Amino acid sequence: MQIGLEHYLTLAAVLFTIGVFGIFLNRKNIIVILMSIELMLLAVNINLVAFSAFLHDLVGQVFAMFVLTVAAAESAIGLSILVIFFRNRGSIEVEDINAMRG
Amino acid sequence: MILAVVLLPLGGALLAGFFGRWLGKTGSQLVTCIPLVLSAIFACFVFADVVVGGHAMKVPVAVWFQSGDLTAQWLLRVDSLTAIMMIVVTVVSALVHIYSVGYMAHDHSVPRFMAYLSLFTFAMLALVTADNFVQLFFGWEGVGLASYLLIGFWYDRPSANAAAIKAFVVNRVGDFGFALGIFAIFFVFHAIQFDTVFTAAPGLAGKSFQFLGYNVDILTTICLLLFVGAMGKSAQLGLHTWLPDAMEGPTPVSALIHAATMVTAGVFMVARCSPLFEQAPIALAFVTIIGAATCFFAATVGLVQNDIKRVIAYSTCSQLGYMFFAAGLSAYPVAIFHLFTHGFIKALLFLGSGSVIHAMSDEQDMRKMGGLWRRIPFTYAMMVIGTLSLMGFPLTAGYFSKDAAIFAAYARGTDVGMFAFIIGCFVAFLTALYSWRLIFMTFHGKPRASDEVMHHVHESPLSMLLPLVVLAIGALLAGALFAPVFVGEHWAQFWHGAVTILPAHDVMAHIEAHKPFWVESLPTAAGFIGLALAWYCYIRRPDIPVSAARTQEPLYLFLLHKWYFDELYEVALVRPAKWLGRVLWKGGDGIVIDGLGPDGVAATVLATTRRVVLLQTGYLYHYAFAMLLGVALLVTYYMFAGPHG
Repeated sequence: MQIGLEHYLTLAAVLFTIGVFGIFLNRKNIIVILMSIELMLLAVNINLVAFSAFLHDLVGQVFAMFVLTVAAAESAIGLSILVIFFRNRGSIEVEDINAMRG
Repeated sequence: MILAVVLLPLGGALLAGFFGRWLGKTGSQLVTCIPLVLSAIFACFVFADVVVGGHAMKVPVAVWFQSGDLTAQWLLRVDSLTAIMMIVVTVVSALVHIYSVGYMAHDHSVPRFMAYLSLFTFAMLALVTADNFVQLFFGWEGVGLASYLLIGFWYDRPSANAAAIKAFVVNRVGDFGFALGIFAIFFVFHAIQFDTVFTAAPGLAGKSFQFLGYNVDILTTICLLLFVGAMGKSAQLGLHTWLPDAMEGPTPVSALIHAATMVTAGVFMVARCSPLFEQAPIALAFVTIIGAATCFFAATVGLVQNDIKRVIAYSTCSQLGYMFFAAGLSAYPVAIFHLFTHGFIKALLFLGSGSVIHAMSDEQDMRKMGGLWRRIPFTYAMMVIGTLSLMGFPLTAGYFSKDAAIFAAYARGTDVGMFAFIIGCFVAFLTALYSWRLIFMTFHGKPRASDEVMHHVHESPLSMLLPLVVLAIGALLAGALFAPVFVGEHWAQFWHGAVTILPAHDVMAHIEAHKPFWVESLPTAAGFIGLALAWYCYIRRPDIPVSAARTQEPLYLFLLHKWYFDELYEVALVRPAKWLGRVLWKGGDGIVIDGLGPDGVAATVLATTRRVVLLQTGYLYHYAFAMLLGVALLVTYYMFAGPHG
């Protein structure tokens, strides 16, 4: 079986959807939300690399590198915020974080 | 110099009013008393220059405003009439200022008081020096404002505040008529300058205009409207209710209001507008009748009052009645002459009663006085002089002026004149009765005050006694000195045309003419009968008034309640006004305007936001979901509609 572009795109779409649902259906933990965001970014990366390979354009892969770095920085910052938040509030349950409730 | 007379009191008022805190008590007394004394001295020079020298003057100051035909100028007009008023106002006012130094010594806000007094004087001077009706109105309102401030001077007393508001509101009624009169004058004459209006007045005599289908005489209407204003300021029957209540102010204020400023404004205005009134015989008759009625009414009420200041207040009201009926009978010089002498007499009586009140530790009820003459002989002597002059004891000031008014009524020879003559004679009797009742109740008989109060009774300080002496001299001699020039044979030379009397109305010539002996002696005799009756009732047989009050109770209560004027107004005007106010406030303002306007809008906004707020759950995934949904919708839209869609 020839592995074509559509396989990559389907995989990316599935990953992305899992990420989205991970955000919405998750009732437990903020860390899971961060992981879901990572998942969505990876799905985008797969898209970029797949298009880059099939269109013979390296720019897509360069972008994927950028996305990776940004994602790493983002999760580092997110996790450190989370640590501070846990120290202050003593909980990172999603249900408990509703200080913006009107 | 004329400018100085008018502006010195204003300067004193501004200094004491704005810088009283820094000047302190003595400082503010100095900066108001000195300008007033200077002003009085200057006024004497002006009087000499204008009246004796015989040239009326006009001093232009500035243009006030211009609008179409309407030009109002600040222009000080000084003729004989104004010069006389200037003397009365500045002299009495200066004496009241000096008196206040002693009287208000223990008060907390002396600078404020002195500033108001000077402001009052300035407003009155602005009124008498006016050259057009708008300027007159400026002084008129200034006087009203200052009187409001002074009557309510002790603002921590509810009764003083109520009296101040009453004075202001009742005066508004009069001022409304006065303002309408001025509008009518501008409408008819297209000018407000006195000279222009007075010159054009004879041409309009008997002309009428249409109003609601009726033909109304122009000049009669104007004069009646102006006279409504005079009734308010001069406390004539119907609009008099504020004057007795004005006693809530400090006593020097009462003296100022009653003697020099404020109440004399109405008489002055009628005399000033004599060229108009002369052309409106109906208005003149109305003035006479109102004057005579007030004269009688106030004298009867004065008979039964127990507050020493109220008796004098009603006496003022009654004497103003004399002035008005004299004016209404075209005897303007007589009216002004009585105003002149009455200024001295009434200031003397008020300041004297202030001295009594001061001695009695602020007691004003005559039933709690008595037997004071040994303790305060000087005040007693001054009060007796004032009373003698007021009752018209021969050769005192009141004798000349009041008798002139009564003779003018006789000499006029009309029915209205006869009416005024009879009332005038009868009131001369009443005047003597209530004046001597005051003296006898206050100074004679057994002391009715507590021993403690009687122990404190003391003669007032020099600053209070000195003005009394000056005024007493005026009350004794002003008549004999000035009667020949004011109302004598050559009155026209003295007045230099400041007042106009038509030849047909000429009563001045007949005042001095031969009269039957009984007319000649009746006013004086009436005065002596009153004196004798007062002596019999309040010294010889003090039980008579008590039993008379008991047997004639309805009459007594009728008089004690001042003919039920206040009660009538309360029922007829005050309560409906309050009811209407409450309806408009609760219903109109509270429910309709607030309900639909500010409050309604605010309530709607609150209710909406309260619902919108529920959308903000605070859960992160809800926001993220909304965002995603939005993105999905946008993308779908662009896919189907295209980027240019």
